[in-house]
Amino acid sequence: MFETWFAIVAVMLALYVVLDGYDLGAGALHLFVARTPDERAQVLAAIGPFWDANEVWLLAGGGALFLAFPRVLSAGFSGFYLAIFLVVWCLILRAVAIEFRGHLNEPLWRSFWDVVFALASALLAVLFGAAFGNVIRGVPLTPEGWFRLTLFTTFLPRDPAGILDWYTIAAGVFALVALAGHGAAFLAWRTSGALSARAQRLGVRLQIALAVLWPLMTLATHFVNPTLLPALPPRPTAWLALLLAIVGLVTAITAGRRGRSAQAFFGSCAFILGMLGATAACLFPVMLRSLTDPALSITAFNGGAEAAGLKTALGWWSLGFPVVVFYFITIHRLHRGRVRVGEASHY
Amino acid sequence: MNATLDFAFWHRLQFAFTAVYHYIFPQLTMGLALLILTMKTLALRRGGEAWDRAAAFWIRIFGINFGVGVVTGIPMEFQFGTNWAGFSRYAGSIIGQGLAMEGLFAFFLESSFLAVLVFGAQRVSKRVHWLASLALFLGSWMSGYFIITANAFMQRPVGYRVAADGSLQLADFAAFILNPWAIAQYAHTMCASVVTASFVVAAVGAFYTLRGLYTDAARRFLTVGVTAGLLASALVAFPTGDHQAKLVAAHQPAALAAMEGRFQSGHYAEITLIGQPNVAQQRIDNPLKVPGMLSFLAFGAFHMNVPGLLEFPQSDWPDNIELLYYAFHIMVGLGTLLLGVMALAALLHWRGALVHSRPMLWVLMLAFPFPYIATTAGWLTTELGRQPWVVYGLLRTRDAASPLVHSGSALFTLIGFCGLYFVLGLLYASLIAREISRGPQGEASHV
Repeated sequence: MFETWFAIVAVMLALYVVLDGYDLGAGALHLFVARTPDERAQVLAAIGPFWDANEVWLLAGGGALFLAFPRVLSAGFSGFYLAIFLVVWCLILRAVAIEFRGHLNEPLWRSFWDVVFALASALLAVLFGAAFGNVIRGVPLTPEGWFRLTLFTTFLPRDPAGILDWYTIAAGVFALVALAGHGAAFLAWRTSGALSARAQRLGVRLQIALAVLWPLMTLATHFVNPTLLPALPPRPTAWLALLLAIVGLVTAITAGRRGRSAQAFFGSCAFILGMLGATAACLFPVMLRSLTDPALSITAFNGGAEAAGLKTALGWWSLGFPVVVFYFITIHRLHRGRVRVGEASHY
Repeated sequence: MNATLDFAFWHRLQFAFTAVYHYIFPQLTMGLALLILTMKTLALRRGGEAWDRAAAFWIRIFGINFGVGVVTGIPMEFQFGTNWAGFSRYAGSIIGQGLAMEGLFAFFLESSFLAVLVFGAQRVSKRVHWLASLALFLGSWMSGYFIITANAFMQRPVGYRVAADGSLQLADFAAFILNPWAIAQYAHTMCASVVTASFVVAAVGAFYTLRGLYTDAARRFLTVGVTAGLLASALVAFPTGDHQAKLVAAHQPAALAAMEGRFQSGHYAEITLIGQPNVAQQRIDNPLKVPGMLSFLAFGAFHMNVPGLLEFPQSDWPDNIELLYYAFHIMVGLGTLLLGVMALAALLHWRGALVHSRPMLWVLMLAFPFPYIATTAGWLTTELGRQPWVVYGLLRTRDAASPLVHSGSALFTLIGFCGLYFVLGLLYASLIAREISRGPQGEASHV
């Protein structure tokens, strides 16, 4: 039961990164790829019907984490207190920017919200990357299972650690490059004209950068958390996920260069899912790693909920999940096809 | 205020501020979802454009309101972990069920079909557009139920078991999800949200009528607002409010005593209509009381004994008796007044005289803030009455706060929310005012 819920939380959060990731990436990039008011409107029209539902994966995934591993959520959120509120405020500003931007047809109003949208999106990508970096590096857990991290200390990934050190910053930058590439692939697929072509070119460049950074990041990860890579060989799930990531990245680059934008976008999805999946499979069962004494780590087995309650939750979750998939298929069918030039002028 | 309370003080203030501010929006969202569904149904049944146009106006308001409701709701979800880590570890495996179900069953439904409802009128058929309004109604009303199951567990914990490590674990899912407290609280809360939405719809109808604008739409707003408003204002008092009060009397007797500022126990307990609680001298100053009424409302018979606060150890008293007393009395008083306003408006409307009665239209136009105040006072009553417990009888509020988060950090983020929400409130008010001045016949605005 604990393995199942670890997998459920991992899958829901990975789906969050893949789905909200493309609109975060599109937001971080749009000042560079969309140059005219019509192109900006195309970007917003492309993500408009989806971004809100995409963001729900974070809340629903967080809810699953809460019910299945309350010790992880309570220690993690209170330990990263100020960083969590940075995330919350960015989420608020970004949503407000997307929603309020179109209400006034006034160039300065729109430019202002465009910049808010771009900065909040980019900062969120960096913060999510840094957060994942913190989880991989570990935190100074007390015997009672709590911790408190300041924003930075010596920028070295060891005790006394801070939220930001060279490794977590690198993870943040890596996440920004990955999501920007992902967002570019999405825009190439779902927009048209010069915007689509520009996003295509930028997307391929970012994916190539990713292909260079990924091995470096893996090396850094091994340096920071030496337990991760040795866990890979005996775990078939991790192997499959890694294979998915490699095939995905190669597809994203080759299909992108040939202008097969849908294929390139799904390649990018596969890369992100695979990379996150492989990391989660290697981390298992550790969910909050102790920086000092490995015995203090909070795992899927001592995360706080008991198997009976999790079994009940699995029941309603299995009913709800297919329904959510149905919603996503429905809205993507209702809003299929590229956003055309001029068509999005009302955004 | 003692030192142990002080530790949780900024956390409590931040949560209270963000929760009260947040709830300004969902109460309109949920009530309006029902009224929009009603208008869309009338449009589908009766044909013609008029009801569709009326609905389209409210869908634009709904879109703005929903958006602000979502962004102010996000911090609420995170604060369980950031500020109330003690509570989350203690009860998270149960509370988390309610929150996770809200995400899976309600948030996905709402967020998936919001864009279809707000931007899809030209893109999809009338029937699909009606379905989108149904989806938003179901989503927002389910969301309300799931979050209230979590709150009801804190008010009256059921279906749990204490585990070896001292935490609470789910023992009986059906008991948790069908908690009688949740059902009563849900009925009361949803009626109140329809009251808010009805007053808002009626206020805009009254405004247009007084200005002589959009006469046809204004009449429809008045019809929907006054009809739904009368029904909901009556239901919010009886049976839902009455039932809720009886549950408080049965399960939180100390809360009921504090709500009434009642220190001494006794039979034929009187209800205090007005008066100021004087906690230091343990009495009500300048009271106006109706004998026997409290016994009757709480237990259904005039002679019943209603315990006073002195019957409970002082450590189990709600820690802000004054605010609790005023919140409860403001809720009840306003609820009664609002019912009176709607009854009068409905009487005039059925005789066809409402659109010509300028004084009544002025009252309707200016009354819309009061249901918000009543609802807020109602939630303050619920949450202050639960003190000093976060999970009633099981976990004290001071043990619920995050043990390692400094109060300075909580104060810092509270100040951050004050600034951010001030700006958000200005933007919201100006966009809503703009939509109202553009009127029902305007072109749909976007994103």
